[in-house]
Amino acid sequence: MSTLSNILQLGIKELRTLARDPAMLLLIAYTFTLSVYSSANGIPETPHRASIAVVDEDRSPITQRIIDAFQAPYFLEPVLTDHADMDIGMDKGRYTFTLDFPPDFQQDLLRGRQPSIQLNVDATQISQAFTGAGHIQQIIDDEVASFLQHSDMPSAQPVQAVIRTRYNPNLTQSWFGAVNEVINQITMLSIILTGAALIREREHGTIEHLLVMPVTPFEIMAAKVWSMGLVVLVAALLSLRFVVGDWLGVPLQGSMTLFLAGTILHLFATTSMGIFFGTVSRSMPQLGLLIILTLIPLRVLSGGMTPRESMPETVQNIMLLTPTTHFVEFGQNILFRDAGLETVWPQLLALSLIGTAFFLVALLRLRRSLA
Amino acid sequence: MSANAVAALSGVTLRYGKRTALEALTLDIPARRMVGLIGPDGVGKSSLLALIAGARRIQSGQVQVLGANMASATQRRVTGPRIAYMPQGLGRNLYPTLSVRENLEFFARLFGQDAEERERRIHDLATSTGLERFTERPVGKLSGGMKQKLGLCCALIHDPDLLILDEPTTGVDPLSRSQFWELIARIRHQQARMSVIVATAYMDEASAFDWLIAMDAGKVLDQGAPATLLERTGCDSLEAAFIQLLPAEKRSGHTDLEIPPRKAHDEVAIEAHGLTKRFGDFTAVDHVDFRIERGEIFGFLGSNGCGKTTTMKMLTGLLPFDEGQAQLFGQPVAPEHIETRRRVGYMSQAFSLYNELTVRQNIDLHARLFRLPPQRHATRRRQLLEQFELQGVEGQLPGSLPLGIRQRLSLAVAMLHEPEILILDEPTSGVDPVARDRFWELLVRMSREDGVTIFISTHFMNEALRCDRISLMHAGKVLDSGAPRALMARRGHDNLEQTFIDYLKDASEAAAPPAVHESITVAAATAPRGTPPRFSWRRLSSYARRESMELRRDPIRATLALAGTLILMFIMGYGINMDVEDLSFAVLDRDRTTTSDNYVLNLSGSRYFKEKAPLQSYEEMDERLRRGEISLAVEIPPGFGRDLKRGASPQVAFWVDGAMPSRAQTIIGYVQGIHATYLQQLAQASGNDDSRPVEVALRYRYNPDVRSLPAMVPAMIPLLLMMIPAMLTALGVVREKELGSITNFYVTPVTRLEFLLGKQLPYVVMGMLNFFLLVLLSVFVFGVPLKGSLPMLSVAALLYVFCATGFGLLVSALFNSQIAAVFGTAIGTVVPAIQFSGLLYPVSALEGASAVIGHLYPTSHFLIITRGIFSKALGAAELWPSFLALLVTSPLLLLASVAGLKKQEK
Repeated sequence: MSTLSNILQLGIKELRTLARDPAMLLLIAYTFTLSVYSSANGIPETPHRASIAVVDEDRSPITQRIIDAFQAPYFLEPVLTDHADMDIGMDKGRYTFTLDFPPDFQQDLLRGRQPSIQLNVDATQISQAFTGAGHIQQIIDDEVASFLQHSDMPSAQPVQAVIRTRYNPNLTQSWFGAVNEVINQITMLSIILTGAALIREREHGTIEHLLVMPVTPFEIMAAKVWSMGLVVLVAALLSLRFVVGDWLGVPLQGSMTLFLAGTILHLFATTSMGIFFGTVSRSMPQLGLLIILTLIPLRVLSGGMTPRESMPETVQNIMLLTPTTHFVEFGQNILFRDAGLETVWPQLLALSLIGTAFFLVALLRLRRSLA
Repeated sequence: MSANAVAALSGVTLRYGKRTALEALTLDIPARRMVGLIGPDGVGKSSLLALIAGARRIQSGQVQVLGANMASATQRRVTGPRIAYMPQGLGRNLYPTLSVRENLEFFARLFGQDAEERERRIHDLATSTGLERFTERPVGKLSGGMKQKLGLCCALIHDPDLLILDEPTTGVDPLSRSQFWELIARIRHQQARMSVIVATAYMDEASAFDWLIAMDAGKVLDQGAPATLLERTGCDSLEAAFIQLLPAEKRSGHTDLEIPPRKAHDEVAIEAHGLTKRFGDFTAVDHVDFRIERGEIFGFLGSNGCGKTTTMKMLTGLLPFDEGQAQLFGQPVAPEHIETRRRVGYMSQAFSLYNELTVRQNIDLHARLFRLPPQRHATRRRQLLEQFELQGVEGQLPGSLPLGIRQRLSLAVAMLHEPEILILDEPTSGVDPVARDRFWELLVRMSREDGVTIFISTHFMNEALRCDRISLMHAGKVLDSGAPRALMARRGHDNLEQTFIDYLKDASEAAAPPAVHESITVAAATAPRGTPPRFSWRRLSSYARRESMELRRDPIRATLALAGTLILMFIMGYGINMDVEDLSFAVLDRDRTTTSDNYVLNLSGSRYFKEKAPLQSYEEMDERLRRGEISLAVEIPPGFGRDLKRGASPQVAFWVDGAMPSRAQTIIGYVQGIHATYLQQLAQASGNDDSRPVEVALRYRYNPDVRSLPAMVPAMIPLLLMMIPAMLTALGVVREKELGSITNFYVTPVTRLEFLLGKQLPYVVMGMLNFFLLVLLSVFVFGVPLKGSLPMLSVAALLYVFCATGFGLLVSALFNSQIAAVFGTAIGTVVPAIQFSGLLYPVSALEGASAVIGHLYPTSHFLIITRGIFSKALGAAELWPSFLALLVTSPLLLLASVAGLKKQEK
């Protein structure tokens, strides 16, 4: 009972402290509104607005037809150019794709001589290189086929492939981007808030003062976990409801209660992680560096930016030890696939285990660093 | 301004929010004198000194110092170097990780002194203050008294004409205090033209000054020579005169303190035997014994750093001890004993309550943690606010209150739960005489009426005289204990201060050779004093040096920055891969013929897909897709083989998990490709050569195998070189703001540009080191060849690192708390650098706000350069626009930081 009351009081103190830092409040508001919005719209569809240049040495109806087929939003307006500029443009990164139609292309095509079109791809832009090249080939095939249709009627394909996408039928990137960004902000904010709050107490000597009162390290830590977790939770839910739901218009499915439960577990893990960092580093500059070094891989390798399947096994396994990997999967399951408890329990279990481990290690270190 | 005034103020008003610190103050401060500023806590003494020093911005009124108008930045620049300012607080403007010598050198460089002059001055000052034996010791490990001496040396390093000292001896032991004033006297003797303004709470000190200004409530009450003031008030001591000068309502209720005799008590409250604490090979407390009875007031006196605080911390359970025993009420002291903590009230030397909570909230928090019942809570709060005269500041934040009032709050909080033992570590340092007497009345009442045991350390001799018994401590040992008068008798003195100094001198002579400095040779200014230059490399390098020394003293941070980036490069270089393989899929085969098997074989045989156990029903398909176990489900209709043979064009259905759109796109692409291959095989098998009408010759440039590594590695360099250097610099300025040393920037001739560049350069060097390591790693470990020119890449990296550190500085200049700066830097670098700079998607593909950020953000430009030079072997002819962008951005960021940084406190 006394423990609970202390945890409550110390937590309220944390909230009051945060309320005294208007710059911090402003930053929190920014991360969960504008930052989510711009990130959601920041991931383009693939290919999206891909830059393409064309060297048309034939200037025939069919080449014009193909060029006209490259349309927004998939492609920027094709730039007509010559060989020299094509190379320079690719070098400078102006064009990701360039097409070269040889002279007499249409003539050769109609005579069935199988003319060849050169397609150059800037392979340093790997996200667009693959899908974009496939897309361009498809467009050329389609246009050529319909151009030839009147002369030579192609039969229906012997087998048809009907492809449907589930959960996000039009594959709108912003749906995924928005939810993913909220998840990222939850992680970033909760780690920074608790870690820095601990260092601040140490730099200002207040933690020592707490320890001469009837307060235990466990209470101090639990108070930071609940109060900072609450701040992030409220901000994240508001952001999901109003920014992601209303402003971005993402149809969120799934049980909000279940999502809430998962978020609480995730916050338990990340706030404990923050305190752990706070006990490892001796000053705010050290903490800042540690946080940045952790945030980058958490953001990039948790399966939110590139699919986990594409990572080497070692990296995949290392990332299984972080809460974000499980939370990203959990979020996708609930918010997109409308999954229930019977589906997401492994992630909830993983989050609880990771959270408990970090909490215990942090508590141990906190006790030792204060002794 | 009269010719004899060193500073003249007229109509000066200063407000902090609603609170008025100074009200229409008009005052001439005489030159070439030792002027004392006395008055209760919070009457505006520190504010007045900060205005005179130019550390604080003038809100209204005129301040003329040494003939210069302090409102004008130009005149401040000229006059500033003639003023020295030592702010309140023990060593608050010093750098704790730097040594004594390094601190002195730092200040000397700020005033543009060359090596020879610096050396001479530092030698003189260190010798004359007895610091010469400690020149290599980090300031954080000095005692309070030594910190104050060092602070004074730092202030005197440039031969000021005006020396401003804000409570320089608060918290300093009597011996150091007397040495401190001797030192000032010698310096004044040598430099007669120097004026000194001192705020002090010690009336015995003030009585030796030439001129005193008594202040109250932001106004001047009276001024004159001490003798004149005594005469005017008809008092025989300055302490009494000071009280007389106060307005009637403030001194009402003040009577001379009488201490009733103590009833002897058998019960022992605090007992220690052979208490010992070592820090490494340094013994802080060496076999200390004492026995304090219930209700006794026990004083602890000693030089700074003698182990008083350590002893007290051991008694509270904050520090474990190495040897000996300690008991409170017969119970051994143990940190896990929560219940004994309820019986003890502790006040630490440094203010350790929450600056972010108001006075009232601080009291409430403690009341709740000690679980006072609501009724009691309300009563105690009222009593304490009244007893410590805190009613007026109830709703204010402690950080905005003067030291004396903060001390009262700490005391109030320590007594809140009516403990049976009070352990008070210099509770009255910086508290004015009237408040001190009130506080002692309270202590005496608690001791005599309620039997509270009080263990108190102090530097005030009149307070020590009020104790039942005192212990004199030095260098970790108790020299002697007993009733104060008995100790005086033992030494044959009639005053305690002399007795104490005697004891100390004996003890230190036994331990170390006497530090006698007969001749002080603080050299007169040799360099002609002119206007300090607008820009000085020496001042800049002083900050740069300081910053890099701090970095060197913190090897963990430097290692983290270097090793951390390399590790990240490894993880991310291998981890980010757009070439998706091993996508799991399952088949719902409702045909189960060799034809359908054949179709599936095309999928499962490709390196992109991995087949999972077949599906039996739609429900199972739904379930497994939902769980994310499979990302693709394939349904082959019944009669697939038959329909195919009949030419009935059967339909194969594919369900793709669209939760992650980019992965879904990739899957769709693969499926289409594999399906097309199947059709081709079919055509070939039937002998119907249905070759395509057009051939598309696909050429992947720059990275022919479209491997992720050669594409990702050059892209990771800009990413890491943005975030790490930005975070390294981000705390540079805000940390000084939060910890107090920013005052040096306010009051020395260093300009904003010098200050910021000085903070930036060390991290630019660090960033370049990082860059070269990353390039080495890319080329030799990852085997990604550098096709273009390394010198050109290095130039770009240099510009880019300037941008990254510039961004960190900007954040640091704009924010006031370290937490906000860390968070701001994280937001400002992680999101734009990863998402909007072309790492995964080219900037041209972005739209709206993200496109704007993408085009402006330096990472986008450096990414084009690294990719261009690493993979495409491009030169300046192609890359100049990106170079130009970086070249423009870096000074812009620096200028923005300059604009965002204030040269005075608001």
